[in-house]
Amino acid sequence: MTFKSVLGVATALTLVAGSAALAETITIATVNNGDMIRMQGYTDDFTAKTGHTVEWVTLEENVLRQRVTTDISTKGGAFDIMTIGMYETPIWGSNGWLVALDDLSADYDAGDILPAMAGGLSHDGTLYAAPFYGESSMVMYRTDLMEKAGLEMPAAPSWSFIAKAAREMTDRDNGINGICLRGKAGWGEGGAFITAMSNSFGARWFDEDWNAQFDTREWSDTLNFFVNMMSDSGPAGYATNGFNENLSLFQQGKCGMWIDATVAASFVTNPNDSTVADKVGFALAPDNGMGVRSNWLWAWALAIPAGTQKEAAAKQFIEWATSKDYIELVAANEGWANVPPGARTSLYENANYKDVPFAQMTLDSILSADPTNSTVDPSPYVGIQFAAIPEFAGIATEVSQEFSAVYAGQQSVEDALAKAQALTNDAMEAAGYR
Amino acid sequence: MARAVSNRRRAINTALAWAVGLLIFFPILWTILTSFKTEGQAIADPPVFLFFDWTLENYAIVQERSNYMRFLMNSIIIAGGSTLLGIIVGVPAAWSMAFVPSRRTKDILMWMLSTKMLPAVGVLYPIYLLFIQLGLLDSRLGLVIVLMLINLPIIIWMLYTYFKEIPGEILEAARMDGASLGKEILYILTPMAIPGIASTILLNIILAWNEAFWTLNLTAAKAGPLTAFIASYSSPEGLFYAKLSAASTMAIAPILILGWFSQKQLVRGLTFGAVK
Repeated sequence: MTFKSVLGVATALTLVAGSAALAETITIATVNNGDMIRMQGYTDDFTAKTGHTVEWVTLEENVLRQRVTTDISTKGGAFDIMTIGMYETPIWGSNGWLVALDDLSADYDAGDILPAMAGGLSHDGTLYAAPFYGESSMVMYRTDLMEKAGLEMPAAPSWSFIAKAAREMTDRDNGINGICLRGKAGWGEGGAFITAMSNSFGARWFDEDWNAQFDTREWSDTLNFFVNMMSDSGPAGYATNGFNENLSLFQQGKCGMWIDATVAASFVTNPNDSTVADKVGFALAPDNGMGVRSNWLWAWALAIPAGTQKEAAAKQFIEWATSKDYIELVAANEGWANVPPGARTSLYENANYKDVPFAQMTLDSILSADPTNSTVDPSPYVGIQFAAIPEFAGIATEVSQEFSAVYAGQQSVEDALAKAQALTNDAMEAAGYR
Repeated sequence: MARAVSNRRRAINTALAWAVGLLIFFPILWTILTSFKTEGQAIADPPVFLFFDWTLENYAIVQERSNYMRFLMNSIIIAGGSTLLGIIVGVPAAWSMAFVPSRRTKDILMWMLSTKMLPAVGVLYPIYLLFIQLGLLDSRLGLVIVLMLINLPIIIWMLYTYFKEIPGEILEAARMDGASLGKEILYILTPMAIPGIASTILLNIILAWNEAFWTLNLTAAKAGPLTAFIASYSSPEGLFYAKLSAASTMAIAPILILGWFSQKQLVRGLTFGAVK
């Protein structure tokens, strides 16, 4: 054996040993939804490209939120990547709990992330989480029932049209409700919907001095409109209906309209699960002529907790999972309708994706949502269906419980708003905002 | 003298017992049935009961997506280990309270029970920080210790109740024959309290198996038991009821079978001393 070949073998062995030493196992906490589960199935592709392996911890959304909050606030280090949303990211970023994603590779093309998503996942202009998929909310309606009612859905409807169409489409004898909306207590359930709706009625959670605004006419108009419309045209027991309950009703042909997350479009148009898959149309979330629509903005994003020992590998994973290549990978194997939506501008410029029936309306909905300017009158907070302050989740859960009691007929709109006003001001005072 | 029970009354009692039994079992039965449906059938309105196209697809998906055996082994080790450790600590503690009581024994028993009234989330952060310091996060040993401590009041209370039924004179006689404390507990007390100890073990295995707060909050990828396995199939945004039902059925099957085979022992132990 020549000296050169010995040197070559030694170099190769060193490289192999080196790459083995660099290979890491990263632990990722994530939510159980279709896109995330699909990503888990493609983990081998990431391992083949980088040598790193992945261990998944999949939890229900609320359990995950509690679990990762405990871990990151105590610097537990149980996870190398956490799946978090637009609510947590700016708060945790400002606390210094997350690794800034400001040095992603040029190939990754961070500039391609939809500006609304990048804005909602940043603090002081620094990106702290990369969006895996994003969503807004929009109207999903039954084209056959709309036609039967002799109406035509505008691309950008008003609340008065929606209420009228809901009444016309309601057919109690045949179990059809004109409209299905979230009434379930919880800041991420009915609380998210009514907050986004209130924006379009000119309401806001706080004035610029952090005073609660539930004693205003705008909030009274919002809640009265919602309750009247749902009493006329909504399903029985809507006070306990959330996303899943309404999805089930819509898929079984029991709703004329449903205003909810844009990701639901792929469920209601899937013929394997939906009995009305070929009769669904889409429109922007309604407005009230005040310049703000009632759609929200949300993203499930991947973030790295500060202090992880595997930051480099974690960044590699985030670059892989939220890349254009990953979208191509899913499209090649499962079709364009199944790629994670709402994160990258290039997806909506792709000719193949334009053929997906709900793609354009999803993009239009996302683009029409502005978390930094979500209310008619100025407000001190960022967020559309939430205010990005740590106290909001607790306060909004209590407020939504008061509202759900109205939907269930247990108290009046006036009583609920008075209680919401008092409890919000108390909490804000205790937290030092007032 | 035994009271004569009429056939009519017996029939009513039997029917009532079956009705209550079925009512309690119905959610489990529904979960099992749903696990064999498609997602569409799982949410059908009106619901389909027995006449649907039964499928094993959900079980196949769950098997493919999750490492069931790892979760199962974690559950067995955590539930079994915490119960065993609890019995080792609980038997001497219950012996001393039953046979050598002090003026404060009743107070101590009540205090131990009162710890069960504290909401678990109230001590989540202190315990989480302790686990970080001790390197016990996401470890089976950590969960064995925590679940043992959580269930210890119940173990001691149950054993105390059974031990109180055993005449102290028998232990005194053993002592007079020269038995040491260890031998007294091991060879005299334990054999006499076997039904009580067995039912304590069974009940605590069930409690530890079903515990879903600490097992979710103190684990990540390695030590998660079957409660974490079920939690991974629950979703507020997407209808996965059939898959969730399949995961739930797989999670409860082992403990259901254990309970089925040991029900006589369990009932005997739980009613031990209740009727004189």
